[in-house]
Amino acid sequence: MTVVRISDDALALACGADEVARAFEAAGCEVERVSSWGMHWLEPLVEIDGQGWGLIEPGDVTSVLDSSSEKAIGKIEDHPFIAGQHRLTFARAGKTRPLSLEDYAASGGWAGLKRARSMTPEAVVEDVIASGLRGRGGAGFPAGIKWRTVLQAAGARKYIVCNADEGDSGTFADRMLMEGDPFALIEGMAIAAHAVGAQRGYIYVRSEYPHAIAKLNSALALCADRIAPFAIEVRVGAGAYVCGEETSLLNSLEGKRGEVRAKPPLPAIEGLFGCPTVVNNVLTLAAIPHILTVGGASLYSSLGIERSKGTMPIQIAGNIKHGGLYETAFGITLGELVNEIGGGTFTGRPVKAVQVGGPLGAYIHPDQFDLPFDYEAYAAADGLIGHGGVVVFDDSADMGAMARFAMEFCAAESCGKCTPCRIGSTRGVELIDRIRDGGRRADAVEALPQMHNASKQGRSRDDDVALLEDLCETMRDASLCALGGFTPYPVLSALRHWPEDFE
Amino acid sequence: MSVAERVAEIVAEHTDREGPLLPVLHDVQGEFGCISPEAEAAIAKALNLTRAEVHGVVSFYHDFSAEADPRPCVELCRAEACQASGVEALVAAAQTAAGERVRLKTVYCLGLCSAGPAARIGDTVHARLDEDRLTNLIESA
Repeated sequence: MTVVRISDDALALACGADEVARAFEAAGCEVERVSSWGMHWLEPLVEIDGQGWGLIEPGDVTSVLDSSSEKAIGKIEDHPFIAGQHRLTFARAGKTRPLSLEDYAASGGWAGLKRARSMTPEAVVEDVIASGLRGRGGAGFPAGIKWRTVLQAAGARKYIVCNADEGDSGTFADRMLMEGDPFALIEGMAIAAHAVGAQRGYIYVRSEYPHAIAKLNSALALCADRIAPFAIEVRVGAGAYVCGEETSLLNSLEGKRGEVRAKPPLPAIEGLFGCPTVVNNVLTLAAIPHILTVGGASLYSSLGIERSKGTMPIQIAGNIKHGGLYETAFGITLGELVNEIGGGTFTGRPVKAVQVGGPLGAYIHPDQFDLPFDYEAYAAADGLIGHGGVVVFDDSADMGAMARFAMEFCAAESCGKCTPCRIGSTRGVELIDRIRDGGRRADAVEALPQMHNASKQGRSRDDDVALLEDLCETMRDASLCALGGFTPYPVLSALRHWPEDFE
Repeated sequence: MSVAERVAEIVAEHTDREGPLLPVLHDVQGEFGCISPEAEAAIAKALNLTRAEVHGVVSFYHDFSAEADPRPCVELCRAEACQASGVEALVAAAQTAAGERVRLKTVYCLGLCSAGPAARIGDTVHARLDEDRLTNLIESA
């Protein structure tokens, strides 16, 4: 019987993969639901004996089965989008059934956990430090150093918390990993638990990811004995973007408002319920099983550039011809990602701006396309790589409106604890409106004769631009967390590169 | 069974968890479509919290509401990636199609950013929406 492989990733389902799968079953084929290759513009993608067909509809079944279909893309592994990648975290993408323990073990699963458990916790931590792995959630803090802090912290109880509150627009790697390779995340958490001496783990998943939640719960039920005595529970978020910030996430797990906590104390010392806690992103934890295999740490640290070691699962999204997941060693330039791999915009119009790093990331101008994908290089260019999301805009984008949206989003999602973020974001929206409106006239109170110090001329557009820059500086320096602190990045980058859009 | 009795049952299902409030609230919201003041009081009593504490949590999160909305709900993503893919041009038509019958809710990111614009109805997700597909979805919601 012909075995047809079709993804059951949420994106494939959203593009109609279930209907296609049913059509193949009706034609007498055996359908295997696998993870997604990450070539999202081709979903639903159908694979038979390694050969692929993209954008398949139920009506294409006959032509695919007799190989007359013009939608053939050849051997999937040889497709330039796949062949050009270096997949470590996503090594199984497209190849295994997400909930098959058999497939997982056959593709090297549990080897890292087995080896880690034969080592001392200190040796495991040393391996992670040696790999150079940095937190993939956005901050880029060295994972091994964080683990060492938790290992050395005194506490009867310790926790591993996986941050799966992937709220950044333009990012979906966490979702794909949880839906496509849930055991890898679980294995990574179990290794972390062994390394720091934790008994319990939580995966905090955003409620917008129902498929990931279901997959994780099923996977945990299947492998509970494998990771015992360590135990993991999935917790569902409740629609608050700010809960992706680690201290706010911890509050949410404790059943409180998702308000940010002041640091210090670091979560590594006083985290969940006041106990030492490792908080790592999905991609950080999922990179661990590979690093803990024999030679894994040295291979990982041999990849990348400067202080950005290993591979980064980059997510190419927005107005892009070939969008999807592209895992590669650090150092690739933005121009390569957008123009060569992504193939430019799907509207066929010129690229105007690229937002890297989610809603808090800077808008990058095509003039900066030689920027290498590297934490420090982006920081030096007043941007951030964040969680690795790359959102492409064509020349119809209004960057003044995007800057306004950044402030509006911050106002909607602010936890309200610190003033620069809570108030500054709302004032920012008003300021951008006024700048686009040509400045602000003096109001009735300012015009009163007794208001000696008030300007009688109102504020010009330039005055308001200066005020916006000043506001951004205050938000950047005085906010408690990255939400208020990084919202200035998209605002100021839009203002700097596309001042004409603010007129 | 009264609301308070049912809420007490739900809380009992979660008492072995650490920090059980969010799982409890999700279940109550799922069952009643909202977390009413009466339910808040019952939850507070069962978990030995103040009503203010429970209300503070309920009002913080977008997923919880104080009043039930029985209309079908279509969640439309209007975050940056979907904006880049043209979602804003669909909003007016979507609102017309929704009218008063369907609740059109804006969400920020469904994780389908490489195939936007995207929407979600219950646990079903839809990508690569254009005006026709989106209005059809809303009209059949």
